[in-house]
Amino acid sequence: MTTTETHVIGQPRKRKEDARLITGQARWTDNITLPGMLHFALVRSPMAHAKISSVDVSAALQRPGVLAAFSGADLAADLGSLPCAWPVTPDMVHPDHHPLATDEVRYVGDAVAVVVARDRYAVADAIEAVEVDYEPLPAVVNMEEALKDEVLVHSQAGTNKCFVWPFDGGDYDAVKATADIVFKRRYVQQRLIPTAMEPRAVVVEPLAAAEEFTVYSTTQIPHILRVMLALTVGIPEQKLRVIAPDVGGGFGSKLNVYAEEVIALVLAKRLGRPVKWTESRSEGYQATIHGRDQIQDIEIAATKDGKLLGLSVDLKADMGAYLQLVTPGVPVLGAFMYNAIYKMDAYRFRCTGVFTTKTPTDAYRGAGRPEATYAIERAMSDLAHEIGKDPMQLRRENWITHEEFPFTTIAGLTYDSGDYEAATARSMELFGYDDLRREQAERRDRNDPVQLGIGISTFTEMCGLAPSRVLGSLSYGAGGWEAASIRMLPTGKVEVVTGTAPHGQGHVTSWSQIAADALGVPFEDVEVMHSDTRVAPMGMDTYGSRSLVVGGVAVHLAAQKVIEKAKKVAAHLLEAAESDIEFAAGTFSVKGSPDAKKTIQEISLATFAAHNFPDGVEPSLNSDAVLDPENFSFPHGTHLCAALVDTETGHTKIRSYVAVDDVGNVINPMIVEGQVHGGLAQGIAQALYEEAVYDDDGNLVTGTLVDYLVPAASDLPEFTTDRTVTPATSNPLGVKGVGEAGTIASTPAVVNAVVDALRPFGIDDIRMPCTPERVWRAIQDRSSGGDRSAEGTVAYGGTQTATTAGRDTEAGGGAQ
Amino acid sequence: MTTIEMTVDGVRYQDEVEPRLLLVHYLRDRLGLGGTPIGCDTSNCGACTVQVDGVSAKSCTMLTVQADGSEIITIQGLAKDGRLHAVQQAFHDEHALQCGYCTPGMIMAAVDLLRENPDPSDQEIRDGLEGNLCRCTGYQNIVRAVHSAATTEARS
Repeated sequence: MTTTETHVIGQPRKRKEDARLITGQARWTDNITLPGMLHFALVRSPMAHAKISSVDVSAALQRPGVLAAFSGADLAADLGSLPCAWPVTPDMVHPDHHPLATDEVRYVGDAVAVVVARDRYAVADAIEAVEVDYEPLPAVVNMEEALKDEVLVHSQAGTNKCFVWPFDGGDYDAVKATADIVFKRRYVQQRLIPTAMEPRAVVVEPLAAAEEFTVYSTTQIPHILRVMLALTVGIPEQKLRVIAPDVGGGFGSKLNVYAEEVIALVLAKRLGRPVKWTESRSEGYQATIHGRDQIQDIEIAATKDGKLLGLSVDLKADMGAYLQLVTPGVPVLGAFMYNAIYKMDAYRFRCTGVFTTKTPTDAYRGAGRPEATYAIERAMSDLAHEIGKDPMQLRRENWITHEEFPFTTIAGLTYDSGDYEAATARSMELFGYDDLRREQAERRDRNDPVQLGIGISTFTEMCGLAPSRVLGSLSYGAGGWEAASIRMLPTGKVEVVTGTAPHGQGHVTSWSQIAADALGVPFEDVEVMHSDTRVAPMGMDTYGSRSLVVGGVAVHLAAQKVIEKAKKVAAHLLEAAESDIEFAAGTFSVKGSPDAKKTIQEISLATFAAHNFPDGVEPSLNSDAVLDPENFSFPHGTHLCAALVDTETGHTKIRSYVAVDDVGNVINPMIVEGQVHGGLAQGIAQALYEEAVYDDDGNLVTGTLVDYLVPAASDLPEFTTDRTVTPATSNPLGVKGVGEAGTIASTPAVVNAVVDALRPFGIDDIRMPCTPERVWRAIQDRSSGGDRSAEGTVAYGGTQTATTAGRDTEAGGGAQ
Repeated sequence: MTTIEMTVDGVRYQDEVEPRLLLVHYLRDRLGLGGTPIGCDTSNCGACTVQVDGVSAKSCTMLTVQADGSEIITIQGLAKDGRLHAVQQAFHDEHALQCGYCTPGMIMAAVDLLRENPDPSDQEIRDGLEGNLCRCTGYQNIVRAVHSAATTEARS
């Protein structure tokens, strides 16, 4: 009999996931090869906006190995329109979104035809033979231009305004009238490309006789995808099985229902054979959602001492050309975070969603909250500078103190717990705040060409999506619960089934720790299953830092039900009253009789045999739990960045970065630290490196990994991370989400540092990313550095040349 | 079609291939060696890194015919007799992977880095792995893992 081990929770257990990943045995969607499988590829628009005059696939059909080719019109009746599950207002403009465009194309990369062939090389050759005639229409890539409605992205809508979403907490105008200071800033969230390392792919296997389909997809949301595919294509839900095999990162980019998934299903149905599509990276840069792309006009009403009275946010959010699954919901999710950790009397928020002729935006790591956090944390530092106060002191004077929790914010959320003072104290200690301020002053005094800047971000965020009724009140189309099942096997081993869909987060390991602790079984004896709708029939999947606080807690709750069932069996076998049975560390014992005991493994075997079983009790310990959380979780922390800015070259180097996060109790500190590291890298990338650039004609200039600078190891610093622990009170494990925190916190910390370094030059803003070129120009012009320079100049990411901009990216030599 | 011969993970193969067939597609689609993934189409990400005659190479940047006569080792051939290579073990021990998609290429590149420089500094590791992108880890634990593997290798 196995010995029991308590408190696996909190240990840095090495990951169960790793074995196949480090040996090349992972099963990525693109690794799936089925007998008779066909490959398809899409003909994509090279124009941002045009009428489709004609599509002729006949020449493609003559190419060797080609089995079928269709235009959008050919398949329109089957393909339907892609879903948007978040109609944020009743009058939101929600245009049809055909997986294959039929009448007009609205962004570079909009698909117009599909070709199916025997292998990926044949299909890459054949799509070149599809002839499409376009009648060009003007592009509109800038939101403020788009709002003039001179060029309409969807002419039938009559406007490019998708929605206006208002929120009011208190009376902003009234508090503004009493303010000494009204402080205004415009911040710009550049467009980002998520760039999960695994490109998207989909395989659909039909079982023609039964009209059943198995969909393998690089998705974060196998369960939601199943529902949406059933609704979109009209295949009965019970005939659809969706599997997310090993998925190589997502960051929100795989939280969607994509054209290619619908097309694959329709093709498999039509042709009766398995089909596969895999995007090339440059194809994905056009066809997979982008993130951010917002303009933030912020106004703070405050006293002359810097006490915040009110906040007004006028936000413009670029939807791109169409609404994807949660496109309009992203800025709305941010609405509740602008007030952040600060107390104030009034808050006014207006968000305008805008259509442009660009790739649709949608959730990208943080989804609305990084944008909000950036704006408020920039504004707090800028306001401090304006009134001549230390930026940390200004925060301290305005934040919610630890005695004030639970605290209901002006945005209407109730933060259950937090201790901003503790995280800040620890962070400043690790950082050496005072010494760095001294060094900064010295460098300023001697006009050192390399200036030092200190950036602060005292962030919080709302995650763990989410209480279903809150999502309902925000017009989101689904709930926010999560399911877990525990199966006790006859040999005493345990199977955990979760509705989350991990793609790098280590749920198999962390859920094993939760189950092992709750059941008192060895960590090694737990297997965790997920991401296949036949294996895990209920789930809401993985996004919004929800998996642990909803799905992981559901595992814990299911385990409690197992124990309750097992107690009845133990009482029967030990001939004791159920109320006298105690459970600890995997063993049921009788109060006062320490020798009378049964292990949970013995109970499992006895239940399997069911020879000697209590009357009226089902012979099963298996239990399900579905948790609908009572609140969001609110991780917080204090991040400090010291940046060296070379004023002669414009180059920024992060000298030190300290992140002290409070994510409540921690299941696996190793995994949590890893999540923070990765989050920091993505937030720093927004601050310094990444930007999706479109030219005026709507071409994605940064269309490949050559031009879009995803940082390498050499571009990032060593991080110093630590934690404070203020347990969440809204769930029994006391845990909070961690997946997005690093990204949310770090962008303003870095840009605040860059701006802080350049204050002596009269600079109070640098547009992101703070490339050497932009910083240098800002210093020369006493400006924010402006937009990224036009094509033909050398920017951070490499040479921007007219020859690579917006061209058809399918290389003739092979399609990867 | 061109006839090529090569040894991949200790197995000899002879095949007829189109001259334009990329090595990574030969490994994946013809030999069924899916352990080497494809992450981009511009040779930036390094996910497809393998060893060709002992030196790391991005297999998406090489034609199969260019590897004619070569000995290739992929991530699937790195462990010997059921024992993980020191770099594989270190990636596990130091939590140097999350989604794992970049990991095969990152490990192969790290093996080559340590071959050239058995005792690298942090900066040398970061510079040496510049051609391999990871979107999950922020690289910190990858740097740790390469250090740890260097120590293990030095002891053995």
